Amino acid sequence: MDLIFNAEAAGSGAGHAEEALQLVPASSEQQLMLLAVLFLPLIGFLLTGLVGRRLGERPWIISISAVLISAALATILAFSALTSADPVRYGFTLYTWIPVGDLQVDFGFLFDNLTAVMLIVVTWIGSLVHIYSIGYMEHDESKWRFFAYLNLFMFSMLLLVMADSYLVIFAAWELVGLSSYLLIGFWYKRRAPALASKKAFLVNRVADHGFLVGIMGVFLITGTMNVLQSFELMPWSETEWWIVDIVILLLFVGAAGKSAQFPFHVWLPDAMEGPTPVSALIHAATMVNAGVYFIARTSPIFALAPETMLLVASIGIFTAILAASIALTQKDIKKVLAYSTLSQLGYMFAALGVGAWVAAIFHLMAHGFTKGLLFLGSGSVIHAVHEEQDMDKMGALRKKVPITHWTFLIAALSLSGIPPLAGFFSKDAILGESFIFGWTPVFAIGLVVAGMTGFYMFRLMGKTFYGKSHVDPEVEPKIHESPRSMTVPLILLAIPTAFLGLVIGLPLGDAVIFGWLDPIFAPAEEIMAIHGHEYVIFGIDGALILVSVAVASIGIAVGIWFFGFFGLRARLDDVRALTARNRLTRGLYTATYNKWWFDDLNDRVFYRFGGAVANGVMWFDVKVIDGIVNGVGSVTQRIGDDVRHIQTGRVQNYALGIAVGLIVIATLFILLAR
Amino acid sequence: MSHSLEAYLILAVLLFGIGTFGFLAKRNAIAMLMSIELMLNSVNLAIIAFGAFTPELAAQASSIALFVIAVAAGEATVGLALVIAIYRNRRTPLVDEYASMKE
Repeated sequence: MDLIFNAEAAGSGAGHAEEALQLVPASSEQQLMLLAVLFLPLIGFLLTGLVGRRLGERPWIISISAVLISAALATILAFSALTSADPVRYGFTLYTWIPVGDLQVDFGFLFDNLTAVMLIVVTWIGSLVHIYSIGYMEHDESKWRFFAYLNLFMFSMLLLVMADSYLVIFAAWELVGLSSYLLIGFWYKRRAPALASKKAFLVNRVADHGFLVGIMGVFLITGTMNVLQSFELMPWSETEWWIVDIVILLLFVGAAGKSAQFPFHVWLPDAMEGPTPVSALIHAATMVNAGVYFIARTSPIFALAPETMLLVASIGIFTAILAASIALTQKDIKKVLAYSTLSQLGYMFAALGVGAWVAAIFHLMAHGFTKGLLFLGSGSVIHAVHEEQDMDKMGALRKKVPITHWTFLIAALSLSGIPPLAGFFSKDAILGESFIFGWTPVFAIGLVVAGMTGFYMFRLMGKTFYGKSHVDPEVEPKIHESPRSMTVPLILLAIPTAFLGLVIGLPLGDAVIFGWLDPIFAPAEEIMAIHGHEYVIFGIDGALILVSVAVASIGIAVGIWFFGFFGLRARLDDVRALTARNRLTRGLYTATYNKWWFDDLNDRVFYRFGGAVANGVMWFDVKVIDGIVNGVGSVTQRIGDDVRHIQTGRVQNYALGIAVGLIVIATLFILLAR
Repeated sequence: MSHSLEAYLILAVLLFGIGTFGFLAKRNAIAMLMSIELMLNSVNLAIIAFGAFTPELAAQASSIALFVIAVAAGEATVGLALVIAIYRNRRTPLVDEYASMKE
């Protein structure tokens, strides 16, 4: 079936916004800009990687200019798409990557409002993280390598969000995995980052396997690798429904791995061993959103499998509460943020699962800016207290790092869901829609998680910025605010964190972002039979907002009560008393502090048991398989050793052999010929 | 001259047997080459005898015999050249001393 390249249909599509979006060919300017957005970071990576060592003290010049230009172009593209009256969807094929018989994979681009939103998140946060890294990596010897890797990551992530075929998306998927691996293990001489990068890579490999098989399944069912074509062909395939379900489930496994959903969540907290800008960019704001983006991109396919959607929602909300519970007790500032990221990603998956597609992408955006800011802020804090990450050795930093503190406070409030910050709008959209669509358990658990979010964020704030100082007395006098290259990105990120919701989250019920993204998710919503409902601010919807804000406020209040806030004193002794009061609280505390022992479980199951199985298999391989192979070899050798005595090297012996042979043959001939 | 084919064939077999025996029994390379000549000529004799006793084969037999003579000449030349070359290296015409190829 041919893809419909019909400019006329799209041109007259103003009145038919509800009908399927038509793909129009991109104009040559659009093509050029898309190519520039994608390939500038790649050029930056190659140049910095090749000659970076010679750039001396400023190896970031090339990579930062590449990313900034790319971001500017992406912004122009995104704004022209988002502000146009009709929903936009254009694309073009750069060249045919793999032409083999029936399998034809194009290296093509697809641009619509979803891509535009992702481009804004990726390029803006990416640029700010690049600038921030100038200050953060100032004293690192091989910072050119760092900037080269960052550019490679930007290229991979942009390819992931702009590609129009499953195979290219998969390639980009692996590329972001590679750059994540390289950046987590950036300080590869230390043991912990090296191990963490390996863990991240291996866990992702397991999930990517599912992804790859899922892609093959889509190809077998639809016969195409093109994302848009598969949307058209998938519903009409005559494949059994359960096979379709399994294929979609496998795609979900890949998405869950990249977005670190249970049971693949174990790699993300360890990934915090990497430099903090990497944690902000890759492991909070962009790469871990790849799974959410992929499910949103292929929403018409996921909508075909209600069973898998149920699983997406369950896994998502389970991860949300599991990670939030672990975040309550962690001592490492980055670990708290890492588990918080997991928890928020769980929200997004839950939103995808219940069919609140736009809310999921909205939360992706809001959380991307917020969590990027939080991580960069935590980097600034860690920098200030001389590479100390343990929150028990911080405290009372409010006045010493004022810019960091204020931006951090905005982000913490946003993440907790306090209006009118960005996180409030997106989280409220998720909770509200899951309730309206009848997913009460998701709503209830989500509400609990919202309360926990408020608590752990203000526990973090209290332990870090307020109360008494527990900083090492030697470091204490040297604490200072970070350089301008680090504080400016913090301030710039605080702007969308504060105002994003007001800009695109209003008016409630008919927000701007819904206008942008609804046409993209219309096919999926049609399949799932989701219908828009009348938004009643002085009714059910207003009540839902009040409930979620109230719960978040309770969480914040409890956090402040125990850990202090500005002038309020902390009650750390009460916390200690509470966790030690009886067996239940003590047990809960130990359990969440030890991350519910998932790492130990993995250690038992995969390292010990799996290792034993692998050893058994290796024994079989070494003793039996190799034994057979080597046996054949040594037997042949021994026979050869004996038989070679026949070869005397004397002509007469050979001639005799020939003569005797001739006689034997002649005799046989004479005898048998009769 | 006898008029029976068998007589020629028996002579040819005898000559071939002598040649074979010479080739296998002699250690001297020159003698071995001579034995080969003997075998070739015995075969030639057989071919000519068949030609003489079967009129249809007369023309073919003669040409084959001529070929065999030409090949024999070439073989002798090359063989002798090889023997001389080896002799210059090894200072011996005895072939059982030429066994260094076996390892």
